[in-house]
Amino acid sequence: MSKRNLEYDFAWCPGCGDFGVRRALQVALEAYSVEHEEPQANNVIVAGIGCSGNMVHLVEGDQPFGIHGIHGRTLPISFGVKMGRPDLNTVVVAGDGDFLSIGGEHLGPAASRNVDVTAVVMDNGVYGLTKGQSSPTSEFGAITTSTPLGKIETPVNPLKNYMAIGVSYIASYYSSKPRQLAKIIQEAMNHRGFSIVHVQSPCTTYNDTYDILKGKPKEGIKGLAFDIPEDHDPSSVQAANDLLSRPGIPLGLIYKEEGKTLQDRYEDLQAKAPVKTNDQLLDSYLLQ
Amino acid sequence: MDKQDFVIRFAGEGGQGLVTSADALARAAAHAGYFVQTHSTFPSQIMGGPASSQVRISTTPVLSSGDGVDVLVALNQYAFDHHNEDLNVGGVTVYNAEEYDLPEGGQYFGIEADELAKSTGNARAANMVTIGAVAHLIDFNLGEIDEFITQRFTRGRPGDDEIITANIAAVRLGVDVAKGSGFNVGQLSDPIPPDYKQIVITGNAALSMGATAAGLDFYAGYPISPATTVLVWMENYLWGEGRFVHQVASEIEAINAILGAGFAGKKAMTATAGPGFSLMSEGLGLAWMAEIPLVVTNVQRGGPATGLPTKSEQSDLMSCMHPAHGDIKMPVLAPGTIEECFYAGVLATNWAERYQGPVILVSEFGLADRGENIRRPNLDDVSQESRATVSEGDTGKRYDSWDGSTPLPGMPTPGGPGAYVANGSEHDEIGDTTHLPRHHVRLMERRFKKLDLLTGAHYEIENADADVIIMPWGSSKGPAREAYDRLRADGADIGWVYSVALNPLPEEVLSVLKSGKKVIVPELNYLGQWSALLRQDGINAESVTQYTGLPFRPADLVDSIGERIGVGVTA
Repeated sequence: MSKRNLEYDFAWCPGCGDFGVRRALQVALEAYSVEHEEPQANNVIVAGIGCSGNMVHLVEGDQPFGIHGIHGRTLPISFGVKMGRPDLNTVVVAGDGDFLSIGGEHLGPAASRNVDVTAVVMDNGVYGLTKGQSSPTSEFGAITTSTPLGKIETPVNPLKNYMAIGVSYIASYYSSKPRQLAKIIQEAMNHRGFSIVHVQSPCTTYNDTYDILKGKPKEGIKGLAFDIPEDHDPSSVQAANDLLSRPGIPLGLIYKEEGKTLQDRYEDLQAKAPVKTNDQLLDSYLLQ
Repeated sequence: MDKQDFVIRFAGEGGQGLVTSADALARAAAHAGYFVQTHSTFPSQIMGGPASSQVRISTTPVLSSGDGVDVLVALNQYAFDHHNEDLNVGGVTVYNAEEYDLPEGGQYFGIEADELAKSTGNARAANMVTIGAVAHLIDFNLGEIDEFITQRFTRGRPGDDEIITANIAAVRLGVDVAKGSGFNVGQLSDPIPPDYKQIVITGNAALSMGATAAGLDFYAGYPISPATTVLVWMENYLWGEGRFVHQVASEIEAINAILGAGFAGKKAMTATAGPGFSLMSEGLGLAWMAEIPLVVTNVQRGGPATGLPTKSEQSDLMSCMHPAHGDIKMPVLAPGTIEECFYAGVLATNWAERYQGPVILVSEFGLADRGENIRRPNLDDVSQESRATVSEGDTGKRYDSWDGSTPLPGMPTPGGPGAYVANGSEHDEIGDTTHLPRHHVRLMERRFKKLDLLTGAHYEIENADADVIIMPWGSSKGPAREAYDRLRADGADIGWVYSVALNPLPEEVLSVLKSGKKVIVPELNYLGQWSALLRQDGINAESVTQYTGLPFRPADLVDSIGERIGVGVTA
């Protein structure tokens, strides 16, 4: 089923990196559903606000359920979905502004809980929908409409942040190769715990970084993005940190740690929780 | 002289066992068949600071914390200086003679509770010495206190018997001191025990219990006075298959977590107070816009900002009704008694399901941790409503237009048919963003029309023919009712309207209020928030306000309402 909703009045700019991420997400959702023999309706996409958040309306084919909520709150909303219905595959889609600036406070708790949610972060280094303001990942000195004389904050390093707070699955990729990205997203969905796939998704209107990322091989210019060496051990904190201390943007799985999810921990407590019926509870207040 | 009603107040410093003393007396009295209501006031700190805790004991259900105090136990000079003026005529103060002295000849006598307690071999029984003195002053049946002590300290431990004996001995020592003082404040009439099963419960426990009885199965919260005890209750009791409870990182997380859970099919709630409620504004707007069932309980304290965390105020009503930007008028339930807290917990949960949207349950410090004996609710009378859902083959869409002439269309559950996007942007039938005028118009109308479904809350209408109506809300109901009864007894021609539902108001209530009468609203805030909201609806309402952080005294209301209606009575 295609939506092709003519009244839907949002469109990404031509060449937007989010097209590639959408393609990847669609493929990943489809493959995940086939793999687990579940209907598409078992997937819930929780979207933030900004260009990236519109992903939830633009997915083609069998429709997942979606929430297009408020700016910065994808993680607590997805926490509610997942802990309310642990059987649902819960996926967050958000931009760097939504996820790392206004929503930054929720990252630590989500990591501490190891809630079984997958976040696909589209990083374009700019606030695009509001027409080109500086974002957490904009470079130092970046000239934007809100930093006309240059940005005077050092940029956030998202991947190092994720490592520092203990996110249990961290991958980095870019939007240009949707098939490979889809594999990573699917693997992140299969990871039991909090997973983040941080995607460089350039904004062709305000911050076109395609050349910077991929370089211009014909002209001999190297890009920032590099494939993670095959001998990288993603189960090693040390190896992950070493990888992140290298200049450039690694492409692939950086870190993966197996452990108990929030649901697992909660079930451990359930097993020893004193369960009382409502009548028993009321009787505990009886006037003696 | 037989009296039907006594107020006993224990005043001193936080950590001196004031609440324990009032609670012990309350439980002993409730056990004996009296009706009780406790009320405490303390500073926002862990230990110390001026504090007091009182119990009102009566032969009939207690409506308020009363006018004054019949027996004051003042554990330090500060407590005496600040509370002695509240003593009723004929009242007596018991002061802590180990701490300070008072000149001869007043309505008071000293007691050396610590010293006397030590003589029983149990230094921790000092509060029982004091309770003994109080019991003598009101001629309270000592057998009931002995029984209470025996129950409390029978814990299956080796030293139980010794502790019980020492505590009972301590009570007798206190009795002797009071006897020796020659004071007596009257005799408490024999109780008229109710013929129904009773529970002793606080407002926060009652509303938590009510929501749970209605099928609540998801709770996320963050500690804040005076709502913390709701979180603590849930963390202790909301366990079991399909249930989830968690302390999250902020009120912003709490509202968004229950948004996610409500969307996913759960009956979800959070509880907070003013500052946390402010943080939930944006999330509440989303719940209204995307039509997500959930309950937010706001246990009010004094505001604005940090305000008065441990005092009584009814100053969040406007923000409860209009918590977020845009066109919104939230359903609001405001219980006024402990029993109403239980049923408001039930109804709030059911309302959220019934109309597929957010419901505000507004309580108060004055109800939160106040203990009272009430009729044990019968769960057979408690309905559990669940949202209408959709099945395969249904042709309707999540956000179809709705004019109220048919049942509200079902809400699809993730995993099932009818996939849609719960969207905070204005949207089309399946939740995709659209800014076309016709969608904004039809869904605006749908969102407001749904409020018509919210009926069934408790309300009271009496003497509706009178030209002046007294209409309190929330916990001001009790003192207002006492004032109303006294004014009526003095011949005032006034009527009474009370409604737990403040939005939407029951039709019958609205028609009385709109009949052109003058409506006087006693409320604990500066602006006169409820009367202002009533005036928006064209009702001729005015407020009698108080913003001291304390509940109304019925006598003050008799004066202030009497003044408004030209009745020169004073209590």
